[in-house]
Amino acid sequence: MSGSVEAVLGADEDVGREPATPEIERGASLWRDAWHRLGKNKLALISLFVFIAIALFCVVGPFLSPWDSQQQDLMIGAQGPSATHWFGTDTLGRDLMVRVMEGGRISLMVGLIATLVALLIGVLYGATAGYLGGKTDAVMMRLVDILYALPFTIFVILLMVAFGRSLWLMFVAIGFVEWLSMARIVRSGVMALRKQEFIEAAVSLGYSHRRIILKHLIPNVLGPVIVVATLTVPAVMLLEAFLSFLGLGVQPPNASWGVLINEGQQNMEIFPWLLIFPAFFFALTLFSLNFLGDGLRDALDPKSARD
Amino acid sequence: MAKFIALRFLQGLLVLLAIYAITFFLVAATPGSPFSSERAIPPHILAQIEAFYGYDKPVLERFWTSLTNTLSGEFGPSAVYANRSVTDIIAESFPVSLKLGSISLLAALLIGIPTGIVAAVRRNTWLDYVPMSVSMAGICLPTFVMGPLLALVFGLILRLLPVSGWYGPEYIILPAATLSLYYAAYFARLTRGGMLEMLNQDFVRTARAKGVPEWTIVWKHCLKGGLIPAITFLGPALAGIISGSFVVETIFQIPGLGQWFVKAALNRDDFLILGLTVLFAALIVVMNLLADIAHVALNPRLKYE
Repeated sequence: MSGSVEAVLGADEDVGREPATPEIERGASLWRDAWHRLGKNKLALISLFVFIAIALFCVVGPFLSPWDSQQQDLMIGAQGPSATHWFGTDTLGRDLMVRVMEGGRISLMVGLIATLVALLIGVLYGATAGYLGGKTDAVMMRLVDILYALPFTIFVILLMVAFGRSLWLMFVAIGFVEWLSMARIVRSGVMALRKQEFIEAAVSLGYSHRRIILKHLIPNVLGPVIVVATLTVPAVMLLEAFLSFLGLGVQPPNASWGVLINEGQQNMEIFPWLLIFPAFFFALTLFSLNFLGDGLRDALDPKSARD
Repeated sequence: MAKFIALRFLQGLLVLLAIYAITFFLVAATPGSPFSSERAIPPHILAQIEAFYGYDKPVLERFWTSLTNTLSGEFGPSAVYANRSVTDIIAESFPVSLKLGSISLLAALLIGIPTGIVAAVRRNTWLDYVPMSVSMAGICLPTFVMGPLLALVFGLILRLLPVSGWYGPEYIILPAATLSLYYAAYFARLTRGGMLEMLNQDFVRTARAKGVPEWTIVWKHCLKGGLIPAITFLGPALAGIISGSFVVETIFQIPGLGQWFVKAALNRDDFLILGLTVLFAALIVVMNLLADIAHVALNPRLKYE
């Protein structure tokens, strides 16, 4: 219906050209504008490319490298960067470049999966609170306020101790910590949408709460959700690296960037490259994700753009 | 106001109780026991040890005893370090962590807030761009990267500062710098945002039109409101400094509570875990309460709600 109106208007404006199809018209609204704005933000674009480059380096790299991350060579031990081992080797003679790549795989995987867990909890919780409103909303959001104030890292540490240091537990534990901001953002977005006519229409059509929340409200708050998710990935990776650094996260022989940084830190006096390479990649990833998140925020929500 | 404080105080107590219960049952549900070791201990001796620490009783009874003990200020013995009580360990290491943490938080506030104010007042000049870019770096570099890097540069290459131990004032500098940099950056960004919002208000335009000097506008009209975001962040900042201290105390070999907590978690020292968690949680709850009060005091609009 609205598509045909737009097509007519489009034909009116530029006579002689093919009327635009409804899909393209719709694409020109939020997402294309956002993409356009993002394209003008150099810092965000560079960050996006840097992040893609790092991701490719970590995912594809190990297949191209002649070295195996577990292959020890005690005869050579730790050696500085050279033509054969570009990043040098660690104290057990393992090629550091492959270890950094595979560590990156684990760090990025934790970042993505734990963010998905946080996304799922946060979006459902926030949307429910915002949609139901009133007393339920007050209680639910007060709970979020209280949870915000808690020493969560301590609980994640306790959880890892209590239930073994498995990767899957870590995804869930970290996801359970990082959903709070997501819930707040989704709730305030839903609150604003709830009073609008199309929701009223959906209610008067007799749709269930479930359907209205899932099909009408959540798709409309997707913009801010993407922004928060992009910013949650580095936060999650930070928490994972923090746990691994303390010896409570990823366990050997697997290594995430946190584990590598810890090993490097212990040997930095003699073998500084063991610290420098993983720390560089980790920091670069965090940088690019943070800048990308900021850029996305400016692109998707011009009102909140910092002046 | 008094009612608000009393309400928040009660809420804080409830939260503490909940944290205590969750921690206790989480630790109790953990498989294994603090007394299982590589050395084989004869069963009757193990039974005696468990009886000494009260582990032969049902969980609920243990919970009750431990709760009442804690309320009377007695956290129980350390399950791993014989002859040392949790209270001893806290009394010995808390001053160290308190010193490190309060210096770091203070440094973060003293650097972050003025930087944020200047950046907001001189917006879009180099006084804004330079500190804000540096602060982005401060936010992106986590403590466990920053700490080793600072130690590498200032300790091992330039040989200016000691990198491990806790003996004199010069030993505080690197760990405190590691801990405070992130929060200084965060406070700077929050303060800048808060101040900018205030400076864009209509009453500021009115004040300017009336010829009020810029200096008075910043200090008298905007500062109170502009500080609110930073004040609200005090509670989370303290929580972050506590968890940051786990890393920093490990890197710089500082005999504080953070290092004990990591050791306790790795060794399954049940009483120590419980005692330290409650202590950390109490600190954070108190800080949040203070931040809430400051928030209301700085923002008169909240009083009428």
